[in-house]
Amino acid sequence: MDIFLQQVVSGIATGGIYGALALALVMIYQATDVVNFAQGEMAMFSTYLAWTLLNAGVPYWAAFFATLAIALVGGIVIERVVIRPVENAPVLAIVIVCIGLLVILNSLAGWIYTYIQKPFPSPFPERPIRLGGVVFGAHDLGAIGVAVVVLVLLYLFFRFTPLGLAMRAAAQNPVSSRLCGIRVGWMLALGWGLAALVGAVAGMMIAPVVFLDPNMMSGILIYAFASATLGGFTSPGGAVLGGLIVGVVENLVGTYVTFIGTELKLTVALAIIIVVLLVKPSGLFGHAVVRRV
Amino acid sequence: MTVPDAVLPRAAAPAASAARSWRLAGIVLLVAGACVLPFTVSGFRVFQFTQVAIYAIAVLGLNILTGYNGQISLGHGAFYAVGAYTTAIMIDRWSVPYGWTIPAAGVLCFAAGFFFGIPALRLEGLYLALATFALALAVPQILKYFEHWTGGSQGIVLSKPEAPLGLPLTADQWLYFLTLACLVLLFVVAANLLSGRTGRAIVAIRDHRIAAEAMGVNSALYKALTFGVSAAYTGVAGALSGLAIAFVAPDAFNVFLSITLLVGAVIGGLASVSGPIYGALFIQFVPNWAQDISKAAPWAIYGVFLIVFMYVMPHGISGAVRLAWRRLRRPAGTPPAP
Amino acid sequence: MLIRTLALVLAVALGLGLAGPAGAQQTPGVTATEVKIGNTNPYSGPASAYGTIGKAIGAYFKKVNEEGGINGRKINYISYDDSYSPPKAVEMVRRLIEQDQVAFVFQTLGTPTNSAIHKYVNQQKVPHLFVATGATKWNDPKNYPWTMGWQPNYQTEGRIYAQYVLKNVKDAKIGILYQNDDYGKDYLKGFKDGLGEAAKKLVVLEQTYEVTDPTVDSQIVNLKNSGANVFFNITIPKFAVQAIKKAHDIGWKPLHLLNNVSSSLGTVLKPAGLEASRGLITALYMKEITDPQWRSDKGFQDWQAWMKKYYPEGSLDDQANAYGYSVSQTMVHVLKQAGKDLSRANIMKQAASIKDLELPMLLPGIRINTSATDFAPIEQEQLAKFDGERWVLFGEIYDAAKLK
Repeated sequence: MDIFLQQVVSGIATGGIYGALALALVMIYQATDVVNFAQGEMAMFSTYLAWTLLNAGVPYWAAFFATLAIALVGGIVIERVVIRPVENAPVLAIVIVCIGLLVILNSLAGWIYTYIQKPFPSPFPERPIRLGGVVFGAHDLGAIGVAVVVLVLLYLFFRFTPLGLAMRAAAQNPVSSRLCGIRVGWMLALGWGLAALVGAVAGMMIAPVVFLDPNMMSGILIYAFASATLGGFTSPGGAVLGGLIVGVVENLVGTYVTFIGTELKLTVALAIIIVVLLVKPSGLFGHAVVRRV
Repeated sequence: MTVPDAVLPRAAAPAASAARSWRLAGIVLLVAGACVLPFTVSGFRVFQFTQVAIYAIAVLGLNILTGYNGQISLGHGAFYAVGAYTTAIMIDRWSVPYGWTIPAAGVLCFAAGFFFGIPALRLEGLYLALATFALALAVPQILKYFEHWTGGSQGIVLSKPEAPLGLPLTADQWLYFLTLACLVLLFVVAANLLSGRTGRAIVAIRDHRIAAEAMGVNSALYKALTFGVSAAYTGVAGALSGLAIAFVAPDAFNVFLSITLLVGAVIGGLASVSGPIYGALFIQFVPNWAQDISKAAPWAIYGVFLIVFMYVMPHGISGAVRLAWRRLRRPAGTPPAP
Repeated sequence: MLIRTLALVLAVALGLGLAGPAGAQQTPGVTATEVKIGNTNPYSGPASAYGTIGKAIGAYFKKVNEEGGINGRKINYISYDDSYSPPKAVEMVRRLIEQDQVAFVFQTLGTPTNSAIHKYVNQQKVPHLFVATGATKWNDPKNYPWTMGWQPNYQTEGRIYAQYVLKNVKDAKIGILYQNDDYGKDYLKGFKDGLGEAAKKLVVLEQTYEVTDPTVDSQIVNLKNSGANVFFNITIPKFAVQAIKKAHDIGWKPLHLLNNVSSSLGTVLKPAGLEASRGLITALYMKEITDPQWRSDKGFQDWQAWMKKYYPEGSLDDQANAYGYSVSQTMVHVLKQAGKDLSRANIMKQAASIKDLELPMLLPGIRINTSATDFAPIEQEQLAKFDGERWVLFGEIYDAAKLK
């Protein structure tokens, strides 16, 4: 029983990581209908900026919030400068632009910071917490806590503020929104900015665990996609929950299903994606998008 | 969307057929040039152009599915890998002459694509992209798992085929001609397929599936078949690449390969038969140019190329070529066709 | 008409083809003033962390050139990015040999990439020297006379650990964590071969991970649960830190054998926790650059000075930079030995006649030796135990040639 609990707890810890990035993915998708392949790299780059600040002696939380601000502005700038010219191009053209962005950010990070992994500090205490026979790190708990806080803040923002309402309107019905006086272009940019902000949070929570290097997000992006698919691309809460579920299932399958063992863990994540897509494409917590024919 | 010939006014008909014979002459000249090429450049360049031809076939496969049929696939690297490993396993384990492995790879990948296409019928757009992405990611792990067949992470080493019948060609040149022959054959087949009834049905499904069904097109069958054909093309390309590189390993077939194929398809131009050739040239040579431009951050340069191409030619190179051609052809004073 | 034109074109083409290539140079890549050395390294992609080796090599050759070159010739070092992709490696190596006309290929990195070019370089009879991989297959002078490895291979290291366990642990129950690729499997094979028949009985659990996995925490939990009292840890630095930390956190204290790849004090043991790393055992052949015991060693100081002058953007914590330094010194030694004759045949001959070469960054007592039947330059390693502060070398220097 102990090992079961331990694996579940470890799974929740890793799942928190997936869920955080999945949240950022879902946010951009909800605001712009685009799956941003560069999301992971944007998060990684923001984390490197945080690292630069920390290295210059800035205290952790100051650096944290400064990075969030930079990420927000950065996301807005990227949308206005890089994505705007292809806004009306076919969807795949936008995907290629996102891929271009991914490659640029990865290469720049490698060039500026080199490829050697760097430790990244966690704001939570180092010592492990022991509860019964189960051990988990304070950071793991903290990271999930931060993800939940971000989620709640976002929910409040979208539900109860005029700006949040304007963003939702712009995403759902750009034409009517324009007629109401909403600056749709800037709403899209703000959507990207917020997603970049969430990504930066995810990056700074992930880096202490997996170490900071330009390729740190590539593995996690896959699991983030799995989580977002499981939870539903239309549901931010679902994305985070999906992450937790993916983390736990992955660990349990690795432990108890011996013919798969740990050699096919990734395949398991992907089998989840495919099964969910076949059975309920809109995810466990998403809603089906109804389109006029 | 192009207007079918039957709807154009009579006066345009002789102009259209003149354009057609110009096109044909151009294509013949191109093929002739391609035949002369390997004797004028070094073995290394021949190898590179063989790679271009291989990518062109793979990208054509992807284009048939994504460009003409609207099913987005981020996982064609998987079929490329299946093709390559089919060749490798057949040659290495069963000592099958390499010539037979190419159609075998095609048939096997057709089956794989068809069977993947069936559950994929339920998925559209983003969700299909995700499912195929998942497939691409799973491939290296699965290849490593079935070590007994695939040689695991060590891969399988092959020998490059020599020219048969004592022809005075180097191995590089022979492989080039083999690939070129496959390319010409497959492109002609695709062009015929896509310009006829099947092509129209496939495109109709992309543009408006429900309307197409209402007109009697069996969209489920066509979609699955298209997936199969698309996978077969990419599988043949994979088989040829196995011969060209003479080595297969799981690391060569990671998700970046699938993304590269998609880049080739979009940059070359979706929904066109000439697009894949431009796309293949792009994905083969631009990374090398990027490296020559900047040693420090070559992929950043590559990313800039990608973005700029999409700004300037959102419909790909073939789209831009078509636009330029149309502008040149339009006689002065005539309003442009709708 | 069309068919006839085509046939004519084809006939001309075939005729040109029969002409054959121009006569090859006797010593390609070599002029009176320079020798061209070719290399590919993963400067991008999943293995890009190793790209620093390619850069370190360039920095070392720069130093050599500034100090006058070798026998009056400067080194022209050309290095391309292969992104750890076998097809790309094939393309780039062909470019080096056929287009850039390098004298030989040096320190190409990675097992799959080198496997892809293995047959080609041997067919072309181009020296393929000191490849950067620990796989065992590069020591095969009979079948592949142009390819040579450099570092002690992984299987040898695995065998050293196996011998240690058999000698020193009663009732061993062994748990193994390894990376699911050729590097991990090579170590595993060496270890199991070293255990011999006992392997089936002694190994209680094997766990794998992929480079793309975020953590190995789950695997460590499983290993503890298997009751293992010996842990063979075959992980790269990123995961080694996690493994050491997690094992410590859950209170698992096995005899912990750590592979050489992750033996860095600065990048692995410190982040994992010096206390948590106490008792770790590894096999070393180089001086570990973050280990305080070498602080006043002349070899180390020379290396540090070189880094600061010629490769300032490289990390002083990255053992790969000492690796690149040492392998370049080996190359320079071979070129010096070759004297005036830098033909490919002679370079290969000199590479296969290194006698007792000692390098400043190798552990004292470790010597490089090659011969016509021995294409494994470094075959010696010594075990070291971490005492909370530094790696304390102990025991004999194992020699793979004598390890059977």
